[in-house]
Amino acid sequence: MMDFNTYFELLNLYSDYAMVCDSTEWEKWPDFFTEDAFYRLQPRENFEQGLPLCLLALESRDMIKDRVYGVKETLYHDPYYQRHIVGTPRVLSVTDNGKRIHAEANYTVIRTKFDGDSTILSVGYYHDHIVKTNEGLKFQSRLCVYDSEMIANSIIYPI
Amino acid sequence: MTQTTVFPADPKWEGEGTSRIPFWAYTREDLYKKELDQFFYNNHWCYVGLEAEIPNAGDFRRTVVGERSVIMVRDPDGGINVIENVCAHRGMRFCRERNGNAKDFFCPYHQWNYSVKGDLQGVPFRRGVKQDGKINGGMPKDFKVEDHGLTKLKVATRGGVVFASFDHDIESLEDFLGPVILSYFDRTFNGRKLKILGYRRQRIPGNWKLMQENIKDPYHPGLLHTWFSTFGLWRADNKSELKMDAQFRHAAMISTRGEGGKNEEVVGGVDSFKDTMTLNDKRLLDIVPEAWWNGPTAVMTTVFPSLIIQQQVNSVSTRHIQPNGHGSFDFVWTHFGFEDDTPEMEQRRLIQANLFGPAGFVSADDGEVIEWSQQGFEQKPAHRTVVEMGGYEVEDTDHMVTETLIRGMYKYWRKVMGE
Repeated sequence: MMDFNTYFELLNLYSDYAMVCDSTEWEKWPDFFTEDAFYRLQPRENFEQGLPLCLLALESRDMIKDRVYGVKETLYHDPYYQRHIVGTPRVLSVTDNGKRIHAEANYTVIRTKFDGDSTILSVGYYHDHIVKTNEGLKFQSRLCVYDSEMIANSIIYPI
Repeated sequence: MTQTTVFPADPKWEGEGTSRIPFWAYTREDLYKKELDQFFYNNHWCYVGLEAEIPNAGDFRRTVVGERSVIMVRDPDGGINVIENVCAHRGMRFCRERNGNAKDFFCPYHQWNYSVKGDLQGVPFRRGVKQDGKINGGMPKDFKVEDHGLTKLKVATRGGVVFASFDHDIESLEDFLGPVILSYFDRTFNGRKLKILGYRRQRIPGNWKLMQENIKDPYHPGLLHTWFSTFGLWRADNKSELKMDAQFRHAAMISTRGEGGKNEEVVGGVDSFKDTMTLNDKRLLDIVPEAWWNGPTAVMTTVFPSLIIQQQVNSVSTRHIQPNGHGSFDFVWTHFGFEDDTPEMEQRRLIQANLFGPAGFVSADDGEVIEWSQQGFEQKPAHRTVVEMGGYEVEDTDHMVTETLIRGMYKYWRKVMGE
């Protein structure tokens, strides 16, 4: 079990993360991670077959920063809005006196291009390891496994 | 007053050249169907997969040739069969799993059963059903199972790569590729066992030829892709060569990485060049030269019509073009390494893979620009592109400031299509 304050913090972590992804303030995205964290966005077929390839495999907070720079400064793409709908986190385990949380949550990301319809960009789930730090809860790893394997052309912004 | 139309009733490609490609070459459904027949279903070897995907007897993988669903399966005798995924009875695409292991195949509708070679083995109630002393139904007496197998494709494998063709009279794979392209093919697939790292899939709303053209266009990478220009991975001051087969359908773009940095000649005024860009995590470009490269740091090979072979520094993949309609194709990336890779090399390949694919730093925007090109073509099919960088000719070159490979592909396209 976890105390309500920690659970409240966990809920905030998930919703704050989603809000930052949906904003254009992606400089804040790396702040959700510990320095040695990894962020991986992986098609479900690879995950289930034990194949290591990801769509994105950002193996440190620094690499996540490099992705932010890449998205903001280097990739030419159709501009779009995105909206995350994230389910309530399902807590799998709490260990180390409440300092480590293992949790997962379903997500849907809806993409809306200018002059276009709102369509589903990605559906999947987050599989997370979270640690308590002096600056609050941080992801030590976030693995996003997506069902939407046939990507509608491209994924640019953070999921 | 002459009225102009953007939708010509009887479009004609003016002149003999190929430096001005009509937009209608990308928008006409009738041409697209003809392309499927001429390029994907006849006279060409199409990519279907890698041997490493089906190592054991009975292992199969569903894939496509053009728009036709096929199954690549490892035979118990060790060979590879490719059979069309359409039941001989009622035409069902019976195989629904993407991959797996099977002793035989059957169509669930009426349980017709096929061997992994595609031979029909069993038809339920073939000899009728006995009831009250009489035989009801059954197939006609002259029905022969031998006449009703699945469509079998001709198969060619080389270096662990599997090609197939519906056309059993086709030339050998080696003749199809020609000696020059074959040598670059063999450079990557030199007999070492491949190790599959995984897949990436994207659906790009553009004509399939645009993807071939994207990898026959060495003019764009140093301009569209910041990573290539800023870090000198691929740009106009790199030592490079462009080579084609005798019919100009296949090509290799061969390049050796330069120093990068600010060479005014090639990056002056280029929006994508970032003078001050540095990496926080250097592993994204932790390039370690490999002996098999024999020098070049990148060789991008286009095998017409269905395959792109990528070697960009330590990242290697096949990219399979799977058209679906004149204005859309699926693009399936299979990243691999080699069985003798160290764990460090495998990790390096996986991290460098961040540069490529539908989210990649130097690939996501290729899909985007293809989509935007198609939109422009649909808007006014009577118009044409201007593919005249480096002149009007089709020739091998020792630089990349040219669109000659695209002109070459259309020389071949016009010959085959009669347009």
